[in-house]
Amino acid sequence: METFFQLLISGIAQGCVYGLVALGFVLIYKATEMVNFAQGDMMMLGAFFTITLINDLNWEYFPAIIAAILAMGVVGLFLERVLFRRMIGESPFAVLMVTIGLGYVLRSVAGMIWGHNPLSIETPYTDIRLHFGTVVLPAADVVVVAATVVLCALTYLFFRYTRFGVAMQATSQNQLAAYYAGIPVKRVVAASWALAAAIAAIAGILLIPLKSAYPEVGLVLGIKAFAAAIVGGFGSLPGAMIGGLVIGLVEIFTKYGIDGRVGFSVSDTSVYVLILVMLIVRPSGIFTSTQRKKV
Amino acid sequence: MRFVLKTDYHHDVDIFRDRVQLGWYAALIIFVLSLPIFWGTYLESQLTLVFLWSIAGAGLMILVGYTGLISLGHAAFLSVGAYTHAIFLDLGVPPFTSIPLAMLLCSALGVIVSIAALRMTGIYLAIATLAFAMIVEKILKNWSSVTGGNTGFKVASPELFGWELNSTLYYYVCLLVLMVVMLCVTNLLRAPTGRTFLAVRDSEISAQATGINLIKTKTLAFAVSAALTGLAGALLAHQMHYLFPDSFNLFTSIKLLMLVIIGGLGSMWGVIFGAIFMTLLPDLIATLREWLPDFIGNLPGLEPFTFGLILILFLIFEPQGISGRWQKIRLFIGQFPLYRKRTFRRQKSFLRTERVH
Amino acid sequence: MFEVSELSKHFGGVAAVDNVSFSVDKGEIFSIMGPNGAGKTTVLNLISRFYDVDVGTIRFAGQDITRVSPHEIASIGIARTFQNIELFERETVLQNLLIAHYIHRQTNVLSDFLFLPHVRRQEVKFRKEAEDIIDLLHLQRYREQRIHALPFGVRKLVELARALCLKPKLLLLDEPSSGLNPEETEDLSFWIEDINKDLGITILMVEHDMNLIGHLSNRVLALSSGRSIALGTPIEVKDHPDVIRAYLGT
Repeated sequence: METFFQLLISGIAQGCVYGLVALGFVLIYKATEMVNFAQGDMMMLGAFFTITLINDLNWEYFPAIIAAILAMGVVGLFLERVLFRRMIGESPFAVLMVTIGLGYVLRSVAGMIWGHNPLSIETPYTDIRLHFGTVVLPAADVVVVAATVVLCALTYLFFRYTRFGVAMQATSQNQLAAYYAGIPVKRVVAASWALAAAIAAIAGILLIPLKSAYPEVGLVLGIKAFAAAIVGGFGSLPGAMIGGLVIGLVEIFTKYGIDGRVGFSVSDTSVYVLILVMLIVRPSGIFTSTQRKKV
Repeated sequence: MRFVLKTDYHHDVDIFRDRVQLGWYAALIIFVLSLPIFWGTYLESQLTLVFLWSIAGAGLMILVGYTGLISLGHAAFLSVGAYTHAIFLDLGVPPFTSIPLAMLLCSALGVIVSIAALRMTGIYLAIATLAFAMIVEKILKNWSSVTGGNTGFKVASPELFGWELNSTLYYYVCLLVLMVVMLCVTNLLRAPTGRTFLAVRDSEISAQATGINLIKTKTLAFAVSAALTGLAGALLAHQMHYLFPDSFNLFTSIKLLMLVIIGGLGSMWGVIFGAIFMTLLPDLIATLREWLPDFIGNLPGLEPFTFGLILILFLIFEPQGISGRWQKIRLFIGQFPLYRKRTFRRQKSFLRTERVH
Repeated sequence: MFEVSELSKHFGGVAAVDNVSFSVDKGEIFSIMGPNGAGKTTVLNLISRFYDVDVGTIRFAGQDITRVSPHEIASIGIARTFQNIELFERETVLQNLLIAHYIHRQTNVLSDFLFLPHVRRQEVKFRKEAEDIIDLLHLQRYREQRIHALPFGVRKLVELARALCLKPKLLLLDEPSSGLNPEETEDLSFWIEDINKDLGITILMVEHDMNLIGHLSNRVLALSSGRSIALGTPIEVKDHPDVIRAYLGT
């Protein structure tokens, strides 16, 4: 029973990271209909920013993470300005390929700067273990879950109650109509990129204690987060989080439940099987409904 | 600029515009045939690779460039083609049987993947094919009794009617296969079947209204595409000597996509341009390293960086790829000094989404 | 020859088409008119099977076509055009017309791959037939141009040409005059007449230009809020009190 709870919480923690990256996917997709395959790599970049600030520049933990989040926001703005603004009106496929190219560039640049050995940091909660009765949980897992809950609440409030959040929602439904309604579409799109990059940075910061950081960390994680976004239906923010949790849990329970018994790694494949089944059975995801083009 | 006076509807059906164009193609083929006489073995094997990547690229081009379906998992067909061929050869099946069998298995898999494709488009399809490729890779890794798993699988050297082929003969075999593939694909595209691909790419609604069965067309596109990629995989197996489960991975799939995009979507010449580019770029980078100052030249990530950057630059500045640029250059020369940049300008606008929330 | 009976279609709680029945005789030009949102286009989309019919039947040439797949409609002998134009944007006009010959093919994938002699003969035949349609609608000068470079009026004609390439018995026109200037509309009305008289194609047309309807059609059906309110000759329908009320409001 204790093992079950430990697996549960670490699956949820891993799922939260997937969910946060998926949140970035969905945010950009909703605002621009672009799919950012480099979202995982942006997360990796955010993690490396934090590591540099703490390990090389000897910053304190909290100022460092805030600086890293802001820096990633600026990176998001920069990418939008240099790359993605030019891609407005291009086919989704072309945009997807640009983000794949961007992923290559980010990974190799990170490899040039930070090398290919996994790096980690001392956090205020490293090595702390929390005891709930007989269940012992690493604080890192609990922090991830708590931070995700807070972040989700903030995102919800932002979209529900701020003018800018409502403008973003409008833009996501119909750019042209939003433009006619006087919403500065370009600025909203830029802000979406900044926000997505900042969320990626938060995911990266939370990930470091779980996995440590290396240039390729974002690639496979990005694909799994993508799966999370699909499970949740690509247009839904809460769906992305729930999708992340589903993926995290499926992965960890197949790893401990099945792998040991059959003698080879099912957990590697389980996520992909889940994506395929999901796409074939219910391509629109759990939470959204899409309709066909009107003629 | 040459003008051709068409006097017969057969002119519209022919592959070559006129005798002059036919002559150019003949000259090109003679040139490529004579290359092994002048060039060393390294360039010979590089060119063989160009041919093989062109065949794989032709497969993907049918799907991406002509039918408008995205696949992020075409490496799976390469590896299935390679493994099937190698395993059958190992069992003593002659190459003339094992290659068609490999192609058949690939197109069967293609049909299975396309069942997923029928329900979705665009990004969803991309991710479904990606998941499919990941699963294939894991199966090859774990099914070690047949594939040898991570220790690899040794490929028999290429034979034809009991004669072992040396690298020069293999060069000619690959060239011949490429020419046949190109001819068949060109034929398909100028016949009713190929036009259904274009129709599905441009407008599914119109396609249905003109009596085209979307399901049948997409399935066929996947089957043909997978079979050609599998053929390339089978021939590549001999070039690689040893097969490993991750010989063809996500990066291979992306490399194939880069090939068709950089070459130019919707053009068979684009496939060949793209294959030349993708095969020779690593050599070019290796040469460049010697010229660059040490602190840049010694960086390990230079190759993926360049690939990524070039892909981005092409998508932003020349979405029609090398073949599109080539057409513009030809028009520029042909119309000099009357060429106008506006001829190719496209109109852009904000998105009017087709999603309904 | 064509008959729609008790047709209904709901979107959510809204009845887009509500118990509509009518029949079209061979050789007739039949129009459906009505204010915006009356369900005219929905009727066409139901006939060409882009929407599933909730209740009712559609019969064509003695055959029940209520449940056939959308791509089979063309081979049955019904072609259509679209209100906002759906063409193969990246292809040339000629290519658009050749694509529409697909249903007349007698070759298969294998023979296409090898481009056997009978494929070539078929291509030349298709090319010739496409040229006849190009001649009919005076599209010669646009033959090799890509659709996205053409003006709106020409695109409408190309769409009409593509529908004719299917050699239909029944042609559905969805707002043929929308987006055209008066001169183009007049040309169009001559062509529709030619197509009806010379090619013997029955036409079912959705339209709200009363002049065009009055000039062309034998009979008119007026719809309002998905319900049929009047059926008869153009003059009868135009002066029908319910029609006047539907257009002017009560």
